[in-house]
Amino acid sequence: MDVFIAIVQILDSTIRLSVPLLLACLAGLFSERSGIFDIGLEGKMLVGAFAGAAAASVFHSAFIGLGMAILISVAFAMVHGFASITHRGNQIVSGVAINFIAAGSTIILGQAWFQQGGRTPALQPGERFDAIVWPGAEAVRDVPIIGPIYAELISGHSLLVYLAFLMVPFTWWVLFRTRFGLRLRAVGENPAAVDTAGISVAWLRYRALICTGILTGVAGAYLSMVQNGGFVKDMTAGKGYIALAALIFAKWKPVNAMFACLLFGFLDAAAIRLQGSPLPIIGKVPVQFMQALPYILTVILLAGFIGKAIPPRAGGVPYVKER
Amino acid sequence: MAQAAIELIGINKSFGAVRANRDINLEIARGTIHGIVGENGAGKSTLMSILYGFYQADSGEIRVGGKPASIKTPNDAIALGIGMVHQHFMLVDNFSVLENIILGAESDALLKSSIAKARSELERLEREYGLEVDPDAIIEELPVGLQQRVEILKALYRGAEILILDEPTGVLTPAEADHLFRILKQLKEQGKTVVLITHKLREIMAITDNVSVMRQGTMVATRETSKTTVGELAELMVGRRVLLRVEKGEAEAGAVKLAVKNLTVKDSRGVTMVDDISFDLRAGEIVGIAGVAGNGQSELLEAISGIRHAVSGSVMLDGKPIDLTGAADPGELRDRGLAHVPEDRHHVGLVLAFEENENSILGYHDDPRYLKGPFLNVDAIMADAKDKIEKYDIRPGNPRLKTANFSGGNQQKIVLAREMEQDPGVLIVGQPTRGVDVGAIEFIHKRLIAMRDQGKAVLVVSVELDEIRSLSDRILVMFAGRIVGERGPEATEGELGLLMAGVERQEAAL
Repeated sequence: MDVFIAIVQILDSTIRLSVPLLLACLAGLFSERSGIFDIGLEGKMLVGAFAGAAAASVFHSAFIGLGMAILISVAFAMVHGFASITHRGNQIVSGVAINFIAAGSTIILGQAWFQQGGRTPALQPGERFDAIVWPGAEAVRDVPIIGPIYAELISGHSLLVYLAFLMVPFTWWVLFRTRFGLRLRAVGENPAAVDTAGISVAWLRYRALICTGILTGVAGAYLSMVQNGGFVKDMTAGKGYIALAALIFAKWKPVNAMFACLLFGFLDAAAIRLQGSPLPIIGKVPVQFMQALPYILTVILLAGFIGKAIPPRAGGVPYVKER
Repeated sequence: MAQAAIELIGINKSFGAVRANRDINLEIARGTIHGIVGENGAGKSTLMSILYGFYQADSGEIRVGGKPASIKTPNDAIALGIGMVHQHFMLVDNFSVLENIILGAESDALLKSSIAKARSELERLEREYGLEVDPDAIIEELPVGLQQRVEILKALYRGAEILILDEPTGVLTPAEADHLFRILKQLKEQGKTVVLITHKLREIMAITDNVSVMRQGTMVATRETSKTTVGELAELMVGRRVLLRVEKGEAEAGAVKLAVKNLTVKDSRGVTMVDDISFDLRAGEIVGIAGVAGNGQSELLEAISGIRHAVSGSVMLDGKPIDLTGAADPGELRDRGLAHVPEDRHHVGLVLAFEENENSILGYHDDPRYLKGPFLNVDAIMADAKDKIEKYDIRPGNPRLKTANFSGGNQQKIVLAREMEQDPGVLIVGQPTRGVDVGAIEFIHKRLIAMRDQGKAVLVVSVELDEIRSLSDRILVMFAGRIVGERGPEATEGELGLLMAGVERQEAAL
């Protein structure tokens, strides 16, 4: 039974750890499906995290925090759009620039506003998104098997966790069942076809980037207002890049993206759980190795285990009308 | 004359210093097929793009159905009943036929009803025009002929009354082209107006009612097709008399220069593209390989020129084998006197970002003639480039100009000059005149025949039947990776067309 509880606990933290990845991954999906590479997911999450924690702490409201996180993140997405859609700049350079601006500006503004070494003040209850306990969760906790699964895995997460997982079918529905989704997929494959069909390529791509901004904003808010009780400098710690890897791993499909993010979340959770405790047969594994495992796996998986990942064909190429 | 479907009055359009359209006047009668011919860069496509709202004219007026029209975006054109089938299909390759057809013309924010509506509408169009296509097929799995049909359906679905087709037959087999023409005639019978842009004069003669000729951005003449000739149109296009078929004497075939035996080549997916092919190429002859694009000609060329591995078989150059499995080094083959003009000059033949003089020695840059110690001998290279520019009439004649700024025909001349001037024993040429103007075609053909007359062995692969027939001393037809027949230059187009479509092979099997 101890093993079972341990597994449930690992899975529980898998869910918690995969949420920011999942949100960022879906954010990247909107952008890349429209043909805009977005290496700036990391930066947008970071500004979202900062803006969310800062606003929540000043206005004493979790929802104002979330709104501000989304607003600022979308604003950064629009900067990326302005550079790479309107001015047909290099999308990688623009994305990297956004990451640098995000890393620097959050620390400077944080220090200027709160004087806590780049942190935001610790969030009080009501300023964070608290866990939602489902009806009967405590009552069934002691029921074998089902009890812990219901109480730990299904119940007891914050609003943003449920939102993140609801975004998976919603994204699928938008992409494959709506006019906007059809056009979005088309513009990432062949923008000329969209243009000659009488649809504005630029406006379509801007709308895709707005979706990206909203999702990275929520991802950032989750980091600073759910996982942590405030903003800490560089708190995204490469999650934006892992999300990009997951996106390729998932072949730009929403349901695959969920499983890819859960896998990366699981590796993270297992690494934390297994730190210092000896494994059967192998013995004690160095902490550093466990921490590196998700990244090693990323490289191995991307190096060929997933088959050929074909990105949207117009990805990374600014659209220029041909003469 | 019937009422005009479209009138263009005084259209001007410039791109920077280039005047693509100068004071164009054109009237297209309703219910007719109207051809527009001209060399590449004559301004045909620009004019049609203005009509379709892809570009804005700098000045001039467009009237549709007698009424002045303002066409600012493709949407405006579509609303006026103008549809366009582009030269490079505007389709999303991994979408289904239905998805491509509704893109931009969805009836609802959700797809379900749009798809259902398109499906029934498609059935109607199929019945009316004989345009059968599986609505759920994925575009990239369809042959190009059917992809084109989807483009036509797309225009009709949007209610097009006027259909513009830009170089529609470039990618089609002769049979597919015939089918397209039948469809166009049917559209005409139903009262639609068709505008056909092409540089193939034979098609103009075969199908159009009227024809307009463009040259260097101006509209030179409009004729009733029945009252003009191919010769007159060619002359109007180029501005001087053109030899449509190059004069040449009998071939004097000599020793075998290149012997291909049982060659088999697979592509990157493992599909057999060249299947057990054998042939000889002799000094002093031009052998043409005909076939519809994608029947293994490209892979054959690549294997012989050392770009692609072969699975089995042998190739002997001057009696000595070429190492096919270890990927014969193209550089080594060059040293042995085998020059190669690749099919795709943009990706294989040239570095477009380089200057002309750099491209004119590319691949031969290790030759001591172009070196001074370990460094490039810039003076020698420039002198060499200027020499080639003069000999091959490459325009503009500036060896410092970026290669991307040359026209297609002149880029091709740069490649040809580079390979021919090395005085190779064997010259392998893929698509010698793809995207090249009528005037330049004549020039290139003459050079190839001159090579032959000097006793070189020349292998030409082309999808243009006219070119194969006019150049070759022997014609090999490829179908599905095999050589399905050998004919002399006197073979008729119909005969070769059947071979290219693989018909002979099935009959022989019966």
